[in-house]
Amino acid sequence: MKRDEIILGGFGGQGIILAGYIMGKGASLFDKKHATHIQDYGPEARGGACRTEVVISDSRISYPYIDNPSILAVMSQEAYTKYSPRMRQDTVLLIDENLVKPKRRKHNRLFAIPATRIAQELGRTAVANVVMLGFITAVTKVVSVEAMKQAVLESVPKGTEELNMKAFDRGYSYGLEKLKTAEGEGK
Amino acid sequence: MSRRGPLVGEFFMNGDIACAEGGISAGCRFFAGYPITPATEVAERMSSRLPEVGGIYIQMEDELASMNAILGASWAGVKAMTATSGPGFSLMMENLGLGIMLETPCVLVNIQRAGPSTGLPTLTGQGDMMQARWGSHGCYGIIALSPTSPQECYQHTIKAFNLSEKYRIPVLVMADEIVGHMGEKVVIPPPEDIPLTPRRKPTVSPEEYLPYKPDADLIPPMANAGEGYRFHVTGLTHDERGYPVMTAEAQDRLVRRLVDKIEKNKADIIEIEEDGIDGADVVVCSYGISARVSQFAVERARDEGIKVGMLRLVTVWPFPEETIRKIAKRIKAFVVPEINCGQIALEVERCAGGAANTILVPHMGGSAHRPETIIDAIRRAVR
Repeated sequence: MKRDEIILGGFGGQGIILAGYIMGKGASLFDKKHATHIQDYGPEARGGACRTEVVISDSRISYPYIDNPSILAVMSQEAYTKYSPRMRQDTVLLIDENLVKPKRRKHNRLFAIPATRIAQELGRTAVANVVMLGFITAVTKVVSVEAMKQAVLESVPKGTEELNMKAFDRGYSYGLEKLKTAEGEGK
Repeated sequence: MSRRGPLVGEFFMNGDIACAEGGISAGCRFFAGYPITPATEVAERMSSRLPEVGGIYIQMEDELASMNAILGASWAGVKAMTATSGPGFSLMMENLGLGIMLETPCVLVNIQRAGPSTGLPTLTGQGDMMQARWGSHGCYGIIALSPTSPQECYQHTIKAFNLSEKYRIPVLVMADEIVGHMGEKVVIPPPEDIPLTPRRKPTVSPEEYLPYKPDADLIPPMANAGEGYRFHVTGLTHDERGYPVMTAEAQDRLVRRLVDKIEKNKADIIEIEEDGIDGADVVVCSYGISARVSQFAVERARDEGIKVGMLRLVTVWPFPEETIRKIAKRIKAFVVPEINCGQIALEVERCAGGAANTILVPHMGGSAHRPETIIDAIRRAVR
């Protein structure tokens, strides 16, 4: 049984939970796998720590929680500090390098992207989560690129499809480049 | 304004939204509520969906009014629901009792969070299970369902409407924050494939109609207000005409029927799922999100060679007393994981009647159990 376990972490307002939802939707509806998306947030309207967990499996998922993720993507230093101790030897770590300063020596499969800066270049910081999704898709292939794009298109507000597709493509090609240049930056 | 009917197809949605869509599919066209985490998304979805299908959404001043508004809507002939959590559920208790006394079909969704009081607004709990049974004052029967996934949130809401119409009673959908906020695939069939229970209408003329005269199965037919039949409802103890009668005899007749209409139809109402109970030494009995974690634990325990079965309560109320009684005679112990300090475990223990042990696996709320905790309890149970 193949079971991919993804934790996305950041702070409220970055669209972390939406990113997890999009990933689950892509895996479930378009890659036709089993997927469960759970969310964890505090009572703050924005700014508090937030996390989403996505389990993708070939078989039915009874336990939806993740102890040791196969993929960890973080968009805040707090999330990095909190969840990186839960990484396994082979966990793929993806970070927004504008927001997270990792202890590089500790990670042998680290991939960094300036997701927030790319989003700013595109004119909307709000799409940093979708840049990150493109990046995750390219590096980990946990969801097919077609499925993920379809899920993004169906999940973002009307009128923002083009911007979000641009954001996804930027993250995706950045990821493909990273894969070419190195297996992981930590090595 | 765009007009869309019930959704059809495959969707990725959370349990809250699935409850709302279940309501739409069941024909619910009135929602009155007061937003509260983690049930807000039910109200939010209804506020956008109901206008699309010709229904009405009202945000009320509080939960007391919300519960009363859906009772009124139901009497006007519209299928109605509300959704709440934590303190909101407590506030709805008085008028839930009114709905029971007036035998009013409607659905109340509770996306449980951890209490008491404000507790953990954004985190899970299953601490309202006994409140679902006994939360309003007096004696009565009640029906409560416990979904484990967004797909079941959708289906259970439809089932809740059907049971509420059939038995003329408010039906509770007792979900929890994890299930409510969990995203999964939900398959919504075409409307013609969804069986809906219509309201039982009077077969007699308005002159002969007695609003609380039951049929043989103890359920009275229900005329909606404005259909030409005499309309009178009261929370006071009443006779078959619906008029107050302040005697022990009238109380006995009415309340006994309110209890019996559920009690005597238990076989029709109760739904459970059994897995590997024949030949088991231990049976894990659970519901809602805890049943999913339990299922995971049961499979691990079986890998260790332990003979363990799983009993999932799809309906929690009325309680499957007979099933527990029968299983108890064949096993060593029940293991009951629930996110409270022991509510359904008490029922299991009562029904087991000493024939088997009952081991509670409590959790004070805020998350689901760790599977290891349940596996440990299973190991202890076979010793």
